[in-house]
Amino acid sequence: MKKANKTAAANKPTNFQHWIHSLRGQQTLVTITFLSVPLILFFVFTCLPFLNMVQFSFFDMRYIGERTFVGFQNYIDIFTRDDILQSLKLALYYLGASVIQLSLALFLATVLSFKTKLGSLFKGCIFFPYLLCGIAVGFIFKFFFTQGFVLDTVLSWVGFRPGTLPMWLRNTAINNFSLAGTSIWRYTGECMVLFIGAIMSVDPNLYEAAEIDGANGINKFFHIILPSIKTIVVLNVILSVSGSISAFEPPYVITGGSFGTATYFVLMDRIAHVNLKVGLASAMAVVLLLIIILITAVQKGIFYFFLDEDEKGMTYRERRASLRRKSAAAVAKGVENS
Amino acid sequence: MKMKGLSCGQIARKVIWTVFKYIILCFMSFVALLPLVSCVVTAFKTPEEYRDTNVMTMPGSWLYFDNFKVAWERAHMGRAFLNSAIVLTAVLIGSILFSSMLAYVLNRFRFRGNRLIRNLFLIASMIPGVAMQVTVYQIMYRLHLINSLPGYIILLMGTDVISIYIFLQFFDNLPKSLDESAILDGCTYFGVYFKILLPLLKPAIVTCMILKGVSTYNEYYMASLYLQDKNVLGVVSTALRVFTGPIGNQYNYICAGVIITMLPALIVFIIFQKQIYSGLANGSVKE
Repeated sequence: MKKANKTAAANKPTNFQHWIHSLRGQQTLVTITFLSVPLILFFVFTCLPFLNMVQFSFFDMRYIGERTFVGFQNYIDIFTRDDILQSLKLALYYLGASVIQLSLALFLATVLSFKTKLGSLFKGCIFFPYLLCGIAVGFIFKFFFTQGFVLDTVLSWVGFRPGTLPMWLRNTAINNFSLAGTSIWRYTGECMVLFIGAIMSVDPNLYEAAEIDGANGINKFFHIILPSIKTIVVLNVILSVSGSISAFEPPYVITGGSFGTATYFVLMDRIAHVNLKVGLASAMAVVLLLIIILITAVQKGIFYFFLDEDEKGMTYRERRASLRRKSAAAVAKGVENS
Repeated sequence: MKMKGLSCGQIARKVIWTVFKYIILCFMSFVALLPLVSCVVTAFKTPEEYRDTNVMTMPGSWLYFDNFKVAWERAHMGRAFLNSAIVLTAVLIGSILFSSMLAYVLNRFRFRGNRLIRNLFLIASMIPGVAMQVTVYQIMYRLHLINSLPGYIILLMGTDVISIYIFLQFFDNLPKSLDESAILDGCTYFGVYFKILLPLLKPAIVTCMILKGVSTYNEYYMASLYLQDKNVLGVVSTALRVFTGPIGNQYNYICAGVIITMLPALIVFIIFQKQIYSGLANGSVKE
């Protein structure tokens, strides 16, 4: 580079050629070429929409035409409108579904990680629902839940009389349970496969050592498996919390959000495209983002304080506890010596 | 099963546990397959059988393919599969190429915006796609990209954050000395990328293809939002929409349609089972 600088005054035309063949020049060339398209795409389809979203949330507007500045009115609306508050409550149903889903997945993964006859057949059957298209799942379950059809027939095999069974999708007391059940059906297999992957990476010698010490199955689960996969379990728990607020496809496809099943996103979509209140919908999106950021912050906090281990294998809590013990011992020694 | 040297109580416990295990597994598989099996059964029934018989009874003949023909035509499935194939190929190629290029530059070179770009992508990965559609719709409208297949493809390529993380993680495992020895031999950076690193990225590419492929094929909301001309621009996921509405009750046709859309996923699953499992496990470990 120094040579190029010296000859700069005398040889302007070749300076650029010099530079472009130098290491630095090549690096810059590659950087710019490779980064250009992805960054442009990212900017247009992720950055710009996000900035627009924040901007729109302060207006009352449609997609085209005039707009009026309303300040924080949209945000106030979110917390006072009945339908929006109702949709937030629905997240609780899906949260409950996630709890069931994770426990089931954990149990099945533990069972299937060890030798089981027809293990891959069971794994395949339980996992397959994850690969299906959202709308296909919607139709399948519309068919499943219609009165007199599949679910009612199967229940009548075990003794329920057909006349007494409720309308699974219209009865506002239970239709959210039905939809949350769809979610469990769809995602338990995926969680299970993730957990199986994690459990497989546990050192098998640990099991043998534990057996020699007299551990039975339950001991092995709680003291060997669970601690080894805690990272991925906690990760999934956190993901499912933000996932339950974002629950969208089951209600959108199966009931269209009617009969009180409209979750937050379904409502947001309706407000934006049917009621044409783009400002309010943008405000809803911003509020959701804040909630997700909050949840992620909590997740990072949990990881940092409870789970991350440094070189000696101690977590933050353990480090603090051991520091306390050490200082107490030092004080005791000091008292002794003096 | 080790039976020798165990007391009666322990053998009994083992037996009970095994029975319990298999009951739960069978029950879960039954629950997982029941909705699908009922669809298959219904898809093969003639209209009279559909009207008259109970939902779970077997159809008279397993060779009655009429429902499938009707579903195929009504939903313009031929067109839909073609469009889906186009979208899938374009998005996969574009996504893998751009994400790996981005990851290559972010991982191997130090420059001023590096940290900033990484953090931007991190934040972007937290935002659910559906939430962004409110404003993305307006941008697409302004760019006149609504109702066009290329526009949809560009959109899917632009909202892709998972692939970048997969490649970034993978690049961490490829030693920089590989690059350096190639450069000493006179290779340009482009050459290093295309001739050396890309072939080594095969496992990551497979993971990416599976994850991105599944989510693209199954994408329903964005497809229905931006590909509004159902007859010409339908993809497999939106093709079934034609069954909502006044003919929403003819489940023999609907089920046939659902089975048709399910078949590619089933075939890919049976062939690539192992890759799908390992790809999913690898791709889910986000930082």
